[in-house]
Amino acid sequence: MKLTRRELLKMGFISVAGTVIPLSALEILKPEAFASLKHSKKKRWGFVVDATKCVGCGMCVKACKLENEVPFESNVSRTWVERYVVTKDGDVIIDSPKEARYGFIKNDPQGKKIKDEDIVKGFFVPKLCNQCDKPSCVQVCPVGATYKTEDGVVLVDRTWCIGCGYCVQNCPYGARFFHPVYNTAEKCTFCYHRITKGMKAACVDACAFGARKIGLINDPQSEVHKIINTERVAVLKPEFGNEPQVFYIGLDHIVR
Amino acid sequence: MSHAWRPLFVVIGLVALILVVRAIIVPADFQAKNGDYKYQWHRVGNEEDWKNFKVKYQGRDYCKDCHSAQYGQATSSKHALVQCENCHGPAIEHPVNPAKLTIDKSRELCLRCHAKLPYRPAVYAGLPAGPIPLKMQDGEQHNPGIECVTCHDVHRAGFKGGK
Repeated sequence: MKLTRRELLKMGFISVAGTVIPLSALEILKPEAFASLKHSKKKRWGFVVDATKCVGCGMCVKACKLENEVPFESNVSRTWVERYVVTKDGDVIIDSPKEARYGFIKNDPQGKKIKDEDIVKGFFVPKLCNQCDKPSCVQVCPVGATYKTEDGVVLVDRTWCIGCGYCVQNCPYGARFFHPVYNTAEKCTFCYHRITKGMKAACVDACAFGARKIGLINDPQSEVHKIINTERVAVLKPEFGNEPQVFYIGLDHIVR
Repeated sequence: MSHAWRPLFVVIGLVALILVVRAIIVPADFQAKNGDYKYQWHRVGNEEDWKNFKVKYQGRDYCKDCHSAQYGQATSSKHALVQCENCHGPAIEHPVNPAKLTIDKSRELCLRCHAKLPYRPAVYAGLPAGPIPLKMQDGEQHNPGIECVTCHDVHRAGFKGGK
């Protein structure tokens, strides 16, 4: 068989194109990639926590538990407040007694008595579900009981959850737990029943210090949009690649 | 020849049975929204279930009409951003259910914000009038054992009978 250089190059090009182009074409046709094309204009709920304003009163935790029917005396909560205290010796003491549902009314981190002059710095950090854009908890659900809504809130279908606990283990933020009554996976819903009615989340309303804000991330009129786009905000554990949608102002490097 | 085909028929029958059972068990509205099997594969009706969840905290505007005096006092005081329901509990369907709300008058409730902690922000910037110092007290030193409301008027954020 006689083969000219031109024919060889032509055939080579066709075979390379034949293997490469279909692969990239399939990548574009993947449903999630296709859906993400218009993602930037999508309605999406987001949250801003201004940790510099939090005084650790725990009113958010109280309101959340009563609003969302998480038994008040149970040691689980959809939201909680952590206290970080750094001492002169370099110790970092972190605690969240009873998820802070009764607030912090004494200087007793982890039950220890620490003198005021021994404290280098201290602060409170409210935590809740980060409603990740790529929720690892949803990915591992074997039965499709947890999912992301179109406006970006991760919910759990209590009638469909089998209680395997994969999601509880897979959340990098420890935001999931088992509901003591339903025995199914439970998590913050951004108060989906309130935000879809034009109200704010119960924790946001309960905060008298303006430390918590909820709103549509892509709506230029929302406060959340303005803060995220004009101020210095950070997210928790970005190295996990979950793309969390709860943004923090005043996040210290010791927070984890 | 037929005995060789028999296992195939058994397999086909099993597959058909599984498909029938699956069609019965899986709800009709179970689908992957936007074709997204990774994150949106779910029973679509559950979104409505969550939307229909009962609201308990009604917000301050719910109290405004009947309790206008207290509402007016509180909103023009330094407690302007403190919701009624923070101390009075969730309204739910008050005055029908519950007919009466319980008022938390404990020292522990006030101390949640006003306990003196070395790492508590000393400035309160929540008010439109500008930042003010956050009033903090040592709960063990400041009149222990007496309810704060004995002397303090919470709705006005001042002293009872005083200015």
